[in-house]
Amino acid sequence: MSAISVRDVWVEFGDQIVIENLNLDIASGSFVSVVGPSGCGKSTFLRMVLGQDRPTRGSMTLDGKPLPDEPGADRGVVFQRYSVFPHLTVLGNVLSGYEFAQSPLLGKLFGAKRRAAIEKAEELIVAVGLGAHRDKYPSALSGGMQQRLAIAQALAKDPKVLLLDEPFGALDPGTRAQMHALLKPLWARLGMTVIMVTHDLKEAFTLGTRVIAFDKTRHDPQAPGRFGARITYDLDLTRDVAVPVLGFEKRAAE
Amino acid sequence: MRRAMNIRPSPGGRLLLAIIPFVLLALVYVLGSAERRAVNPNDKLLPPFSEMATTATRMATEPDKRTGEITLVADTAASLQRLALGLGLATLIGLSLGVAIGILPVANAGGGPLVGVLSMIPPMAILPILFIVFGLGEVSKVVLIVIGITPQIVRDIAMTVQAIPVEQLVKAQTLGASTWQTVVRVVLPQALPRLIEVVRLQIGPAFLFLIAAEAIAADSGLGYRIFLVRRYLAMDVILPYVAWITLLAFIMDWALAKLSRSAFPWAYAGERR
Repeated sequence: MSAISVRDVWVEFGDQIVIENLNLDIASGSFVSVVGPSGCGKSTFLRMVLGQDRPTRGSMTLDGKPLPDEPGADRGVVFQRYSVFPHLTVLGNVLSGYEFAQSPLLGKLFGAKRRAAIEKAEELIVAVGLGAHRDKYPSALSGGMQQRLAIAQALAKDPKVLLLDEPFGALDPGTRAQMHALLKPLWARLGMTVIMVTHDLKEAFTLGTRVIAFDKTRHDPQAPGRFGARITYDLDLTRDVAVPVLGFEKRAAE
Repeated sequence: MRRAMNIRPSPGGRLLLAIIPFVLLALVYVLGSAERRAVNPNDKLLPPFSEMATTATRMATEPDKRTGEITLVADTAASLQRLALGLGLATLIGLSLGVAIGILPVANAGGGPLVGVLSMIPPMAILPILFIVFGLGEVSKVVLIVIGITPQIVRDIAMTVQAIPVEQLVKAQTLGASTWQTVVRVVLPQALPRLIEVVRLQIGPAFLFLIAAEAIAADSGLGYRIFLVRRYLAMDVILPYVAWITLLAFIMDWALAKLSRSAFPWAYAGERR
């Protein structure tokens, strides 16, 4: 189980309010796409779940327990860039997850333990389609292959929650489609909760079971930082009825 | 006509371009030396190559009458020992402090400004203090090298570590890594290629401090010999010694570059030629 609950969360950086009064419940096993314009707090929200940033006010819980305020093995992440370790091969990158868990001092495994870990790692590498590139360094991989590697690496820890921060934003449309075809079955099989921040609406609707849009609903032209973003749309894509994308009332311009 | 920045020499041309300046320098020296000898057969300032070769051979093969040791070998051994100790200690201290300052915000807050100030102390200015505190023996010379180059290594490594994308540090944590594991498996491997580069850049300053310390108080060493024979205007000793020191430094630099390339192939994947 891995349900996330957000209660009355405000995020402020000095005078600037980024997120105001966020209330959200994410069911265990759902695939939530987060969309919205740049600078509306999508990535801040993701970093809060990750433990990299902390809410100014309010509380966040994972399965009823307060979310740890630093990143941990229960929440995996794939960033748009720099997600993999450049000094390790494909195998080394995936292996590192197992090595951190079993070797506190050196973070490196030897002998039988290493062979067992390699076996598990290779399974993941094959699952993301990198079987032929096991011994290459990330610099020798294309952008799409690097993201595949980042996914394999994150899955090695079998995280409760997988956080994706514009993971396919830098990829060409063909590669992006391949990544979608890779990710969806993996998520369906492993049953973890996924939160994906994206700029691509099509991607958000193709992959997600729920799409959340962040935006600022109030603007003060004299003080742009005065108001933060809220959830403006919250669409459940698993319902049988048509998705009410156009059924929303348009707000009068303020 | 292509832009100058786009003209690349062929491998053969590269070699030729590398050799030409050396040949020119040697030629200028030979001509100057011959000129001075023609005017004054006893000139000591620009001895011909033949004379330097004779002296160098004598210093490198014949035992000294007083000590019984071969002068060049004894000098080289003494100097290299000091240099190796100094460079080794400075590298160790520099790496440890640099990584700590780079990765731990607390260490950065506590140590960063201190290192910044310490690195501005001119090491030669505190050489007298070192002689007073550590005596005139080996320790003061090694300490001078350490004090002279450690701050640069610390600052450089700290900056290298701080330049590692935060995404990688977060990723390591999501893979379950502790601070120590992150240092050992993520930070150190990525800092080592730069460490080797920094040490390469510090070989020059290390030799500077070594020779300065030897010139002031020593009874053996390359710097000691050069400053000793200066009294007799023995350019036929000084010039081969300078060439020898240069060669030693060059070999160290070259060996470290090779080592870095073979040990960290990933670090050189994207570099331009």
